[in-house]
Amino acid sequence: MEPILTVENLTHTYSAGTPFERSAIRGIDFAVGPGEFVGVIGHTGSGKSTFIQHLNGLLKPTAGRVCFRGQDIWTSPRITHETRFHVGLVFQYPEYQLFEETVYQDVAFGPKNMGLAQEEIDRRVREAAGFVGLREEWLDKSPFELSGGQKRRVAIAGVLAMEPEVLILDEPTAGLDPAGCESILAELRQYHRAKGNTVLLVSHSMEEVACHAGRIVVLDNARIVMDGTPREVFSRAKELEAIGLGVPEITRVAMRLHEAGLAVDPATYTLEALRTQLLSLRGGRGPC
Amino acid sequence: MEMLKTERLSFAYPEREGEGQLVLKEIGLTVERGSIVAILGHNGSGKSTLAKQFNAVLLPSGGKVWVDGFDTADEAAQLEVRRRVGMVFQNPDNQIVANVVEEDVAFAPENLGVPTEEIRTRVDDALAAVGMANFARYAPHLLSGGQKQRIAIAGVIAMEPECIVLDEATAMLDPQGRRDVLETVRRLNRERGVTIVMITHHMDEAECADRLIVMNQGEVYLDGAPREIFQRVDELRAIGLSAPETVKLLDSLRKEGLDVPLSAISVEECAGAICAALKAEEKNAPKGNETEWNQF
Repeated sequence: MEPILTVENLTHTYSAGTPFERSAIRGIDFAVGPGEFVGVIGHTGSGKSTFIQHLNGLLKPTAGRVCFRGQDIWTSPRITHETRFHVGLVFQYPEYQLFEETVYQDVAFGPKNMGLAQEEIDRRVREAAGFVGLREEWLDKSPFELSGGQKRRVAIAGVLAMEPEVLILDEPTAGLDPAGCESILAELRQYHRAKGNTVLLVSHSMEEVACHAGRIVVLDNARIVMDGTPREVFSRAKELEAIGLGVPEITRVAMRLHEAGLAVDPATYTLEALRTQLLSLRGGRGPC
Repeated sequence: MEMLKTERLSFAYPEREGEGQLVLKEIGLTVERGSIVAILGHNGSGKSTLAKQFNAVLLPSGGKVWVDGFDTADEAAQLEVRRRVGMVFQNPDNQIVANVVEEDVAFAPENLGVPTEEIRTRVDDALAAVGMANFARYAPHLLSGGQKQRIAIAGVIAMEPECIVLDEATAMLDPQGRRDVLETVRRLNRERGVTIVMITHHMDEAECADRLIVMNQGEVYLDGAPREIFQRVDELRAIGLSAPETVKLLDSLRKEGLDVPLSAISVEECAGAICAALKAEEKNAPKGNETEWNQF
């Protein structure tokens, strides 16, 4: 399938020409197709944030190219501007960026800037609010009256309302309790299913990417060092640990069981899959 | 001997007062000197509000809080309270004040009037303790989130407080960053006897604590050893929390009739318990294939 977004030999150097000169990403090649759900992991300082900020033209490459539907997004200012509507970026702690008087106005801000008709803006605001479970009666409230989790949903809805073809979320669940994490991720999955668009989820939680992504990209030291299915990536536990990451807790249990001689796939990464394998081992059908 | 103590502690944020919206409801707690206590609770359960009572950032609306015997509501004692309890918050950007890393770490000891030479040693020690010694001359804004958080922790370590309260201090960190911070606080606890209070959403962090307090709707809902509390899978789920993945796996196997204990929290214990249970079933099975198990 034709990739929707491609990155070729992308390099970004901060503070060039000063003693603090540092390449946050170096020579990255990456392509993502329509409808993919990709998890992006890497330790702090690995270059994740720098990388994703190039994908919608917030940062300009020091070298290399970023192309949306085959066209370099820096071809002209107009194209760079348009890319920001096609590729929506939800920052870390986006609730700190709310500023409008009502939830409705905040969510409508993006679509309004796109120059859409009033009815279309209204439709998008209500649909986006629906996806993230914001109740109708909250739309007229000040966003600052809402709880942290609700505010974050408002911020996410503001990006969804632009109906970006590629949606990038930088740690959308950071700081939320387990129930809050689960519901936001379920909403995103629902959105992904309904719209069929591309989603990039940056996360520090191996469990989170294991459960939701079909493909995982691992960054380390300014480069992409792994790119594959969760099973492929999580079968490289030692390498992941060496670069400051890890595997889901379930995978660690599976690895121990495998070492102990049970016929369990050591790269199992969901609780459900491990449970099924273990139950099939009962009654002498499986050991060794 | 207790480091922290609350008695019938109630709190309402001023703008909500009169609406009967108590964020904390008559909380009575003691935290023993030298212990590691984790506080869990869903968003809005009151755990951060409770944490802020421990060094007089917030003062009780009702009841009392004592820090090493000092009443936090006594204005004359507030310096003593803050000298004893260091706070680390979630977002490092809100905690860093200086333009150079080592100056930021030196900020608190300077304010406490520590002699210059000692400040030098304390700053170097603190930066080494969080693995950031090589960044002493950096500008904080050039560091990553995890690095900045370690600077914030170094700033607290340099105060040499008797108690450190971490309010979701690892929420923005990657797995290695979290391991570093956890290892750092555990070492401070072990080697210097620093009392640690960790507010967290991460069950695996809570596992390291001696004691776990679960907050729900402004009250202490559960209080005990992590091993005991994590077995209460359904109760935790009902208040928006969850048990560690290991316990959830054991719970799901138990529901299928496999005899595994929910107390096997760590990965090793969990794997061991599953092996043992499968083995035992094999032995007791009427037509089991024992030869295979003997090889195992």
